[in-house]
Amino acid sequence: MSLFSRYRVLLPIASLTLLMAVTFYVQPRTLSYFGLNLLFNLAVPIALATIAQMLIIMVNDIDLGIGAFVSLTACVTATFLEQSPLMGTVMLVALIIAYALMGAMIHALALPAIVVTLGMSFVWGGLALFLLPSPGGASPTWLREIMTVKPPLIPMALVAACLIAGVTHWLIAHSGIGTVLRGIGGNAEAVRRAGWPLIRLKALAYGLAGLFGVLAGMTLVGLTTSADANIALRYTLLSIAGVILGGGEFIGGKVSPVGAVIGALTLALAASFLSFMRLSPDWQIGAQGAILIAVLAARLLFRRRDGARR
Amino acid sequence: MPSILRRPWIWAWLAATATFAVTVALGSGRGAAGLAYAALSFGAFAAIVGVGQMLVISLGPGNVDLSIPATMTLSATLALKAMDGVPGTELLGLGVALLVGLGTGAANFALILLLRLPPIIATLAASLIYQSLAIWSNRGLRVKPPEALAEFATGRTLDIPNVALVGLLLSLAVWVALERGVWGRWLLAAGQNPRAARLAGVPVERVRATAYLTVSVFAAVAGFLLASFSGGAALNMGAEYLLMSIAVVIIGGTSIAGGFSNVPGIWGAAFFMFLVVSMLNTYGAGAGARSVLTGVIIIGIVIAASTKRNHA
Repeated sequence: MSLFSRYRVLLPIASLTLLMAVTFYVQPRTLSYFGLNLLFNLAVPIALATIAQMLIIMVNDIDLGIGAFVSLTACVTATFLEQSPLMGTVMLVALIIAYALMGAMIHALALPAIVVTLGMSFVWGGLALFLLPSPGGASPTWLREIMTVKPPLIPMALVAACLIAGVTHWLIAHSGIGTVLRGIGGNAEAVRRAGWPLIRLKALAYGLAGLFGVLAGMTLVGLTTSADANIALRYTLLSIAGVILGGGEFIGGKVSPVGAVIGALTLALAASFLSFMRLSPDWQIGAQGAILIAVLAARLLFRRRDGARR
Repeated sequence: MPSILRRPWIWAWLAATATFAVTVALGSGRGAAGLAYAALSFGAFAAIVGVGQMLVISLGPGNVDLSIPATMTLSATLALKAMDGVPGTELLGLGVALLVGLGTGAANFALILLLRLPPIIATLAASLIYQSLAIWSNRGLRVKPPEALAEFATGRTLDIPNVALVGLLLSLAVWVALERGVWGRWLLAAGQNPRAARLAGVPVERVRATAYLTVSVFAAVAGFLLASFSGGAALNMGAEYLLMSIAVVIIGGTSIAGGFSNVPGIWGAAFFMFLVVSMLNTYGAGAGARSVLTGVIIIGIVIAASTKRNHA
């Protein structure tokens, strides 16, 4: 089983494949262009939010405010970006810079990230309420068109997921700066002694997370065509679960972008799968929890056997 | 710097006192006594879950209980359903609530110990199941608590709200266990360095189990009281206590790195969190402004507390 530990992305793939197989067995009609689109419809924003969370976990922090942040960017997209694109763009860029500054502050003052992001979640949520006190807004037409485009053979959601996984895999696993960023999670002191300015790297990691948070909010509005201040609050927990499902770990800079995207797809599929199962709505949330536990239990089973052999 | 300023709990209390003074000066409409009474009532719920969360956070990085809201809702729903508003069933209700707390705590810890799941993920996934259980057993019904229980939860003894007295008793028990008992020493030792603690003969897993059981039982008690206080259980009644429980622990001066805990700070922070909202309400701030300012103030306190600690 050392295969699973060498390629930590194999287990997420295996669990996603298994879940897909069961879904197709239960509801064969989902094995079609339309069916797949329906299954993975909301996976794109979840995948982007999961990548954002992964970038924070990569530098040994955790972000409890990403859900509120995605909600805020969704509100900006549905109001300002739709009405005055320039103003909307400026605001979204400002939000990314705010995220980078938050990372710099966490590092410079040695603050616990869990608390700062928690506090910022109130700030993001409050700003979102300013913009959209009640649900509303509209998606910019071009964004709606991108999100509902129908590429041949494979549905949009899966194409987008592959694209996100490819780009972030290159960024994190292959590019030079990605390696240094992962190094912060592994041993920040060593990275510092090698002459890297830690504060700028932390700001970069948080800024990138902010960028992916903004993308998550935009794609979400493209899919739902409107927004409200609480639209993505559950993304905080979903994104953490997605990173861990994808083989990431809370400490040590051990993360896998491809795994994170697959983790997000698994979570999105689990929700769709349960609605196909004609399970009573009472139990849908609970069954999601049970699936999460089962997948993670499998992961740890392999690891323990591995540890025992070495 | 005088030694009192080096106490980690002082910042929460200073912040609470300042907010209290500002709110009273602005004229909150109910006067200083009324405001203090309200702060004691509402702060008590935050303090009870906060003290429980503190025990878990003291176990070191990665230890946190995200199932508090679900446990509160489940315990309140099942307890109120068991009592069904019939007088004389209050103890039965309390018993059900305590059993729910023990059950969820044991389930959480089983996932952490047996499946080696990170506590964040274990409690998060388990909370989804508790939530489903609550939805399933509730069915949208709003059962009223028995009258005597509702009277107790909203009543006062010696001008102190009864819920605050319960909270103070629970906090006192934890404080004594931490400061005077060997269990407290074990807990902090496990939080500072689990390996060293294990080698020194501390039963680390047993200590962790007790901490996870305690936080769940406290959450169940808080949920039971909150439902009795507000006239029934609602499915979203625990929602705000997830962030609240973590926020009061950190603002109260407990180290997020584990190994240090602080009971008095929790109460200061719980009052502070309530008073900030009342202060902003008095100003006539809207929901958005209230939320933004709450966030800014939380971060401000954390920065103030951490820089003082670093230079002290």
